[in-house]
Amino acid sequence: MTVTATAPPRATAGAAHSAAAGRRRSPVLTLGMLAVLVYFLLPLFWLVVAATKTTGALFSSFGLWFGGDFALAANVRNVFTADGGVYVHWLLNTAMYALVSAGGAALLAALGGYGFAKFAFRGNRLLFGAVLGAIMVPSTALVIPTYLIFSNVGLVNTPWAIILPSLVNPFGLYLMRVYVEEAVPDSLLEAARIDGAGEFRIFRQVVLRLLAPGFVTVLLFTLVATWNNYFLPLIMLNDPSLYPVTVGLANWAGRASVGGGGTGDVIPLVVTGSLLSIIPLVAAFLMLQRYWQNGLTAGGVKQ
Amino acid sequence: MSVMTVPPSRRASARRDRAGYLFVAPFLIMFVAMLVAPLAYAGYLSLFREQLIGGVRFAGLDNYIQALSDERLLDGVLRVSRFFLVQVPIMLVLALLFALALDSGAMLLSRVIRLGIFVPYAVPGVIAALMWSYLYGPQFGPITQLAEALGLPAPNLLSSDLMLGSVANIVTWEFTGYNMIILYAALRAIPTELYEAAAVDGAGAWRIAWSVKIPALRPALLMALIFSVIGSFQLFNEPALLQRLAPNVIDSAYTPNLYTYSLAFVSQDINYAAAVSFLLGLVIVVVSYTVQLAVARRRR
Repeated sequence: MTVTATAPPRATAGAAHSAAAGRRRSPVLTLGMLAVLVYFLLPLFWLVVAATKTTGALFSSFGLWFGGDFALAANVRNVFTADGGVYVHWLLNTAMYALVSAGGAALLAALGGYGFAKFAFRGNRLLFGAVLGAIMVPSTALVIPTYLIFSNVGLVNTPWAIILPSLVNPFGLYLMRVYVEEAVPDSLLEAARIDGAGEFRIFRQVVLRLLAPGFVTVLLFTLVATWNNYFLPLIMLNDPSLYPVTVGLANWAGRASVGGGGTGDVIPLVVTGSLLSIIPLVAAFLMLQRYWQNGLTAGGVKQ
Repeated sequence: MSVMTVPPSRRASARRDRAGYLFVAPFLIMFVAMLVAPLAYAGYLSLFREQLIGGVRFAGLDNYIQALSDERLLDGVLRVSRFFLVQVPIMLVLALLFALALDSGAMLLSRVIRLGIFVPYAVPGVIAALMWSYLYGPQFGPITQLAEALGLPAPNLLSSDLMLGSVANIVTWEFTGYNMIILYAALRAIPTELYEAAAVDGAGAWRIAWSVKIPALRPALLMALIFSVIGSFQLFNEPALLQRLAPNVIDSAYTPNLYTYSLAFVSQDINYAAAVSFLLGLVIVVVSYTVQLAVARRRR
C-alpha cells in the first residue's frame, strides 16, 4: 500500500507532468526510438507486402518490398472462398466467442469486485485471497482436466467449451475491486440506501455507471485473451466450422508446410488470412487506447 | 483493508453484508466450476494409472515419482527456465527504457512511437508466430534474402543453436509494448511533487529516473515479472508453430506444455499428463511466489 493513484490517472498525465519533466526535445532520443519502432513495425509491413503477392512472387521477389503482380484482391477472394468459405465462419466464431466471453467475464468481475470491495461479509478476505492466488495458476494446466470434464458432460466441440472457461478472470476481479475502491464513494451508497433503494438496484443504477471505464478495461483484456487463445480451442474443438481464426490459420499453415512447401498455394491464404484477421483487433486497440491505459494504471500502481 | 464502511446499525449492516454474498456468488460459482474443479480433478486423475491389463488402478504418487525423474520433462523445464532468465530481463529492461523515454517528455512523435511499439500486443500469438516463421524461413524469408544480398552466410534461425533465441525474439516482439504500457502508465501516476522535491535537492534527469522513478515502479515491475513467469513456463504457441518448420529441432517435449499436450493427445496417457501439468502449475506458483518474496524483502 505505498503508492495509490488517488487522482484519476488522466488528470496527472496532463501538462503539469511534462512541464515538471522539462520541455527540451532531444532529436537523438527521437531517432533512437524511431529505430526501435522499425523493429516492431517491420514484420507487420512484411505481412502487408506479402499479402499482395502471388505464390511465385512470394518466393522470387524481395520480401520487404512489393514485386510481381499485385494480387491482393485475388488473395482476399481466395481466402474467403477456400474450403467452402470456412474463413468467414472462423471470423464470426472468433468475434462471437470473444464478445460473449468478454461481456460475461466483465459482468461477473464487476459484480464480484463490488461485492468484495463494499461488503464485509464473513469470509470476504479468505475468498478474495483464494481468487487472488488463482492469478498464478497457469491457464494451460487447466485445459486438459477441463477437457476431460467437458467431454463427460458433452460440452466438447461446442462453443460453450470456449466460452465457459473464459468467463472466469481472476485478474479482472482484482482490477474491478481496486477500481470500485477508487471510483465508488461509500457516501453515495449510503444515500441510495437511505432513499430506500435495494442493493441490486443500487448496483445497476449507481455503481455500474461509475464503473464503466473499469468495466470496459476488463472487457478489453478478456476480449484480447479470448481472441488470442489457441491452446483451448485447439484441444476443445475438432469441427473446422467451429474454429476461431487462430486455430483455422494454424491448420492452413500446417497444410502449407506438409511436403516442404510443395503445396505452396496455401501460403498466400495463410498470409492474407492473417492480415485480414488482425485488422479489426488493431483498429479496436487504437480506438480504445484510453481505456487499457487507465486500467493498467489501476492494476499496476496499487499493491 | 481500510475501505469498509462504518456501519450505521448492526442489524442493517448484517443484512446488507449478506447481500454481498449474492454479488460475489456468480463469480465464485464459475470460479469453482472452471478453476477449482478442474484442478481437483487433475489432482485426482494424477493418482491413477491405466494399465494394459486390469484397467485403471490407484497408483498413489507413482506418476509424480516418474515425472521427477523424467528426463524429457526436466529438459523442458530447464529450457523454459533458461528462456525465462534471458528473455524476461531483456524484455523488461527494454520496456523500462522505452517507458522512461516516453515519460521524459523529450521526444517528438511520442504518441506514434508509443502506439507503434504496443501494436504487436494486438496481434494474436499464433499469428505472430506464423508471421515470424515466414520471416525466419530459408525459402523466402527476408532475413535470408538480406544476408544473401550482402554476400553474407545466412544464419539458420531454425537450427538447434538459434531456435530458443528465435522463440525469445517472437515473445519479445509481442510483449515488450504491453510491459512498456504498464510501466508508462505507472510512471504517469507518480505525483509531480516528488519530481519537484528531487529537483530542489539538485537531482538531474538521470538521477530522478534512477532514484525516484524506478523505485516508484516497483509494484508495476513486480506485476510484469509475475505475468512473465507465468507466460514463460507456459510456452506453447510459438514452439508449436515453429515445430512444423523444424521438427528435428523442436521435439514433442521442447517445452513442458508441448509435452503435456503430446502426453494427453498423442500418447493418450491422461493420468501422467495430469501429473505433469499439476507439477508444472506448482513450479509456476513456487517461482512466482519466490520472485514476490525476493522483491518484498529488497524493499525493507
